[in-house]
Amino acid sequence: MSLFKERQYLRVHVDREPDDSLWMKCKSCGELVFKRRVRENSNVCPSCGEYFFQTSQERLESILDPGSYEPFGERLAANDPLSFTDSRAYQERVAEAQAKTGLDDAILIGRGAIEGIPVVIGVMDFRFIGGSMGSVVGEQICRAIEASIADRRGFVLISSSGGARIQEGMFSLLQMAKTVTVRRRLAEAGLPFVSVMTYPTTGGVEASIASLGDIIIAEKGAMIGFAGRRVIEQTIAEELPAHFQTESFALERGQIDRVVRREDLRSELAVALGFFVGAR
Amino acid sequence: MTDERTLDLLEAKIEELRQLNAMDGMDLSKEIARLEEKLAVLRQDLYSNLTDWERVRIARHPKRPYALDYIASVFSDFYELRGDRIVGDDRALLAGLARLEGRPVALLAQQKGRTTEENKERFFGMTRPQGYRKAKRVMELAERFGLPLVSLIDTSGAYPGVESEELNIGGAIAENLQTMAGLRVPTVAVVIGEGGSGGALAIGLADRVLMLENAIYSVITPEGAAAILWKDKERAREAATALQMTAPHLLELGLIDGVVPEPLGGAHKNPAITSAALKEAVVHHVNELAAFPLDQLLAARYARYRNVGRYSARPVTDS
Repeated sequence: MSLFKERQYLRVHVDREPDDSLWMKCKSCGELVFKRRVRENSNVCPSCGEYFFQTSQERLESILDPGSYEPFGERLAANDPLSFTDSRAYQERVAEAQAKTGLDDAILIGRGAIEGIPVVIGVMDFRFIGGSMGSVVGEQICRAIEASIADRRGFVLISSSGGARIQEGMFSLLQMAKTVTVRRRLAEAGLPFVSVMTYPTTGGVEASIASLGDIIIAEKGAMIGFAGRRVIEQTIAEELPAHFQTESFALERGQIDRVVRREDLRSELAVALGFFVGAR
Repeated sequence: MTDERTLDLLEAKIEELRQLNAMDGMDLSKEIARLEEKLAVLRQDLYSNLTDWERVRIARHPKRPYALDYIASVFSDFYELRGDRIVGDDRALLAGLARLEGRPVALLAQQKGRTTEENKERFFGMTRPQGYRKAKRVMELAERFGLPLVSLIDTSGAYPGVESEELNIGGAIAENLQTMAGLRVPTVAVVIGEGGSGGALAIGLADRVLMLENAIYSVITPEGAAAILWKDKERAREAATALQMTAPHLLELGLIDGVVPEPLGGAHKNPAITSAALKEAVVHHVNELAAFPLDQLLAARYARYRNVGRYSARPVTDS
């Protein structure tokens, strides 16, 4: 039983409907827990330690010093450069995601402080079309890095993305090139980039900006990889090993530096960034 | 509706008539001329109005010239460099030195296989981490010696497998992108067949990006998009159109710099003509880039990739 549980990914309750009840039932241990306690505990079940999905807003709240967050002024929204329609129109999907999440797109960026250390932070949100990186996410990551350089602050990116946003076609693919191109400038400026991989960090995001942190930290329960499980299973026609594409898989194979529990992420980031304060 | 089979049939009929014509005193030359004219019209009609899906089919055509065919005809003295120095040598991505009209260049080329045996060796043209790391090694070599870098892209995508993930294929692609973004030599990439997502971009972040006329370049295969977005693999045609993955579309969107013409029906109908056109384009762009001062080249590359994307300011309306 414990083995089975070990290979489970984080459960993502993407369609979590807001309701007014004060209590919620943990899907893992079945315990009724006080919602505010859960929220204060970084959305980790206080009873059994199961992780619940954390929105980008909740992440900012749990990582940054209270009251330190200042979002960037200009808000950006997706264009529809291909006039893309699959089973639904892209613009409809975007509007729906905006209404559901209260976000403009799949990332929040702004300035803030972590235990007193000033940073620029970007937090992706899987609820917004799978956290996919289209033109807006790519542009916001670049603006965040440029602000880091202008203010001489470290840059923290918390990824939660299935990869490129298919509906923007080649514009999406090229966001990989775009973010990486700007990331170089941060290195040239001698400023640190801490990349945090959460559930999930895959596809075009994993194969570009997220893998280029000076330090790469994975949150426990993360999924990390390039190709999706189903694609791989179809290609090799065999069952995948246990732990495949989990944070421990990535750690064992030397792909990331460290694994941390969500409730420790804030202090972990403060320690990591602390080594670079005053450097250069 | 005219299709390729109709053309083949008509061609066979004309051949039959020719043989009859030669055999006895029958004069069929008028008939033959009439049919040949008809054939030319039909061919022009079919191939000059290719649908996006037809271009996908041509890009994947089993007889389409592959990288090695172009390496032999566009370049001279190809001198292969093998291995990533860590794990192995990927036969789906070839690297080396070569001459382009006498000028030494570094070359990266994704190579598909034709036979089952070759495809086994080349993993159906899908690049693995070993290949990307070898490419990075040769990119850095090019930079060290000031050699222009030319990439020939032809892959359905990076190889999705357990070993690829174990060897951090995503990290390898990311490293290549970072290397190409700052590489201090002119870089030209040409999609000669399939430009399969990150697996293609990993050697394609270049100063000039060209495509052969019937090549495709996309964030995902039409089949993949159909499965994910339409939940129906059979809708790949629609997906191919919606994704705007053909050379003419991408040129119009301003995402590539040029389209290298192919003969009617595709490169495989006349590889020699295609090679000549490809050579002309690559020589032109390498020469043009080599004439730029390096800092201008790097500034232009930076601006190009920094500014790619379409978005708009979202007015703040709510409370």
